[in-house]
Amino acid sequence: MSRIKEFPLPDLGEGLTEGEILSWLVKVGDTIELNQPIVEVETAKAAVEIPAKWGGVVARIFVEAGTTVEVGTPIIAIDTDPSAGPVPSFDGPVPSAESLAAVQIAPAEGAVEPGMAGSPAPAAGRTPVLVGYGPRTTTAKRRPRSGTPSAPSTSAAAPPPPPPPPAPVAPAAPVTNGRPAGPVLAKPPVRKLARDLGVDLASVSGTGPMGSVTRDDVQKAVANRQSAEVAAPSVTTGPAAAVFDASREQRIPIKGVRKLTAENMVASAFTAPHVTEFLTIDVTRSMKALEKLKARREFRDIRISPLLLVAKAVLLAVKRHPMVNSTWSGATNEIVVKEYVNLGIASATERGLIVPNIKDAGRLTLRELAEALNTLVQVARSGKTPPSDMSGGTLSITNVGVFGVDTGTPILPPGESAILAFGAIKPMPWVHKGKVKPRQVTTLALSFDHRIIDGELGSKFLRDVGDFLTDPEGALLSWS
Amino acid sequence: MANGESEVGADAPAGGFVQLLTPEGERVDSVTTADGTTYSVDFTDDEYKGLYHDLVTVRRLDGEALALQRQGELGLWASLLGQEAAQVGSGRALRPQDMAFPTYREHGVLYTRGIDPIMPFGLFRGVDQGGWDANEHKFNGYTVVIGAQTLHATGYAMGVTMDGKTGGPDGEAVIAYFGDGATSQGEVNESFVWSGVFNAPIVFFCQNNQYAISEPLERQTRIPLYRRAAGFGFPGVRIDGNDVLASYAVTRSALDRARQGEGPTLIEAYTYRMGAHTSSDDPTRYRIASEVESWKAKDPISRLRAFLTKQQIADDAFFAEVDEAAKTLALDLRERVLAMPDPAPVTMFDHVYPNGSPDLDEQRRQFADYQASFEGSEH
Repeated sequence: MSRIKEFPLPDLGEGLTEGEILSWLVKVGDTIELNQPIVEVETAKAAVEIPAKWGGVVARIFVEAGTTVEVGTPIIAIDTDPSAGPVPSFDGPVPSAESLAAVQIAPAEGAVEPGMAGSPAPAAGRTPVLVGYGPRTTTAKRRPRSGTPSAPSTSAAAPPPPPPPPAPVAPAAPVTNGRPAGPVLAKPPVRKLARDLGVDLASVSGTGPMGSVTRDDVQKAVANRQSAEVAAPSVTTGPAAAVFDASREQRIPIKGVRKLTAENMVASAFTAPHVTEFLTIDVTRSMKALEKLKARREFRDIRISPLLLVAKAVLLAVKRHPMVNSTWSGATNEIVVKEYVNLGIASATERGLIVPNIKDAGRLTLRELAEALNTLVQVARSGKTPPSDMSGGTLSITNVGVFGVDTGTPILPPGESAILAFGAIKPMPWVHKGKVKPRQVTTLALSFDHRIIDGELGSKFLRDVGDFLTDPEGALLSWS
Repeated sequence: MANGESEVGADAPAGGFVQLLTPEGERVDSVTTADGTTYSVDFTDDEYKGLYHDLVTVRRLDGEALALQRQGELGLWASLLGQEAAQVGSGRALRPQDMAFPTYREHGVLYTRGIDPIMPFGLFRGVDQGGWDANEHKFNGYTVVIGAQTLHATGYAMGVTMDGKTGGPDGEAVIAYFGDGATSQGEVNESFVWSGVFNAPIVFFCQNNQYAISEPLERQTRIPLYRRAAGFGFPGVRIDGNDVLASYAVTRSALDRARQGEGPTLIEAYTYRMGAHTSSDDPTRYRIASEVESWKAKDPISRLRAFLTKQQIADDAFFAEVDEAAKTLALDLRERVLAMPDPAPVTMFDHVYPNGSPDLDEQRRQFADYQASFEGSEH
């Protein structure tokens, strides 16, 4: 064995075919020990850390974080005997040809006997059937038969000859002329696709086994037809221009945070009947209050934003209307009203939307709240928000203003009964003390679970949040 | 509470449990349950140290196995992390003549039976069917079908009775392991019915690790699991499953009842699965980090270590020695797992019938010919 060992992405969970490299925990040149965690990988089943299979020095990292790779693809090379001096022959940034050849990246249909375990997934983004364990290398390799002539037999009585063995990596050459005479070969779903898209199968060159027409072939035929139509504006009365052009579609796998977000949104939108109310307010005084706050010694060294005052307004308003901070528990036939507020802040991160929350935010001083908000945002941006921060939220704020929009109709995080959207603050003409003046204006939107919160309660709560932001000092004094 | 007698241990779930070693490492001399049974242990210093050695070794080997799975060397692994005390305590309570029926997670029990820890790795690596000789080791095959082994154990226990091997202090007893999820299975309830009615010499050892994969305990039962035994007509007792001493004391007592011919007992070892259900599972999707943290404070190994330290039975040199020995064993296990040969495909015919069958022999011959038709085959 070479002293440089390449580690292929293993099947981490009973028949998975791929994984996404979330982050590398080591870098090239690092000395690592056996079983030291080196990389975090997310699969369809779990996000897990992979421990190093060998001790040594990281020689190469082949796959950047954020990339999804097939099981069996080399992701890292480790020099298992660094004390033996430099390795002159190892300087390429890519895995060795030997290890790449072992990876059968799903070739075009027809390279493997149909129906065999390890035959390639149907094209066009359909989920591969999960078969067996281990990297695909173990199932996709076919040994040549001994004593069998490689030329196809022409005897009518003989069974169909096995297809040629796959060439490593290079896709099988399309078979366009080898199709036997007779009816066109195609699987029923491909026939349906062709019918739906108005494609005559007989006009398509099949590249599948035995010259059969594949899904890809049909889509290519459509794409060709469209480009032909664009090139020569059609005067014929053919079928309406097909709206299917696979080459101009990007397919993004639904997984990870995106998948979780979607599930949460669907679960919430279709279980909790949402109502959204809006309130446009003059926040000029809040902005001035923020300036005054920044000038104070306690707040001099900390970044504060209008979100801080919105959070404070929500926390104070909850004290006046505790029912807003509650959960509908259908299983126990109860409404659970919480005396603590775990304040969620919807945050856009590179991995998608997450809603981490500040635990027991009602107990924090304004300064502590400001620190907690800053920490939460920083941690979320770095992508390191722990699961505990994302669970147990009771009430949330989404700051859509940072994207420059006025407002929205937010969807409740599951288990919560209210969420406040906070829009952009803009100078607007506003009637102030009987005259139209430019003032700092924003719009608040409150979505709430109408099973628990009636329009009256929701309105009072939103009004209170608005009153605080319109006149923070006045609200503080009159509520205290 | 320490060094005294108590009805139930501190820090217990509602309904209490038998605890002889608190999470802080304080010994409780003895515990008497509501039915008047008193549980205690009387270990020498070396025996305490032996249990510590077992717990650390079992955890280290388990960690190595999980790493091997993550490195693509095992198809799957079911980790026992957090459940070491329940397994080691009950396993050490077994006598050589007793028969154990495990699930697929009883690596700790397997170790205490003196079996080479590599035995189940062929199954998880996919190079054999996990078919070891159950009689040789007094340890049945790992059973993946949830709860099925309780029926096998009940049948085996009936055989022990029919062979007249119960009724004395040196009689035989049987122990069946299963989890909280299995208590919802028909097989387990059938085993309870049969064993209760026929007074089978069996101990039902339920490791309640709070989750059936992702399903929490409250979806399995409205009452504490140990209380179910009353409905089947035999005693049930709950123990602190993270206390190796309670696990030993109660299992030994229950096994002795069984070997004397006094019938079955249900033991509910109240514990927690610290890791995933298996390497294919992601527990962060269904349980919160604070719950896991709260169970870390009840760790079975750290409490025994605290006890050994406070009692000056062992020092840091001993603990380091145990860690080192466990590491050596783990690295040896790794080497041997990596060296496991792939089986010849034709061996799949080997264990279908004990004496072969003409049809199958013919299939084997044809398959061997087919294999030989490839280039590079040795035929």
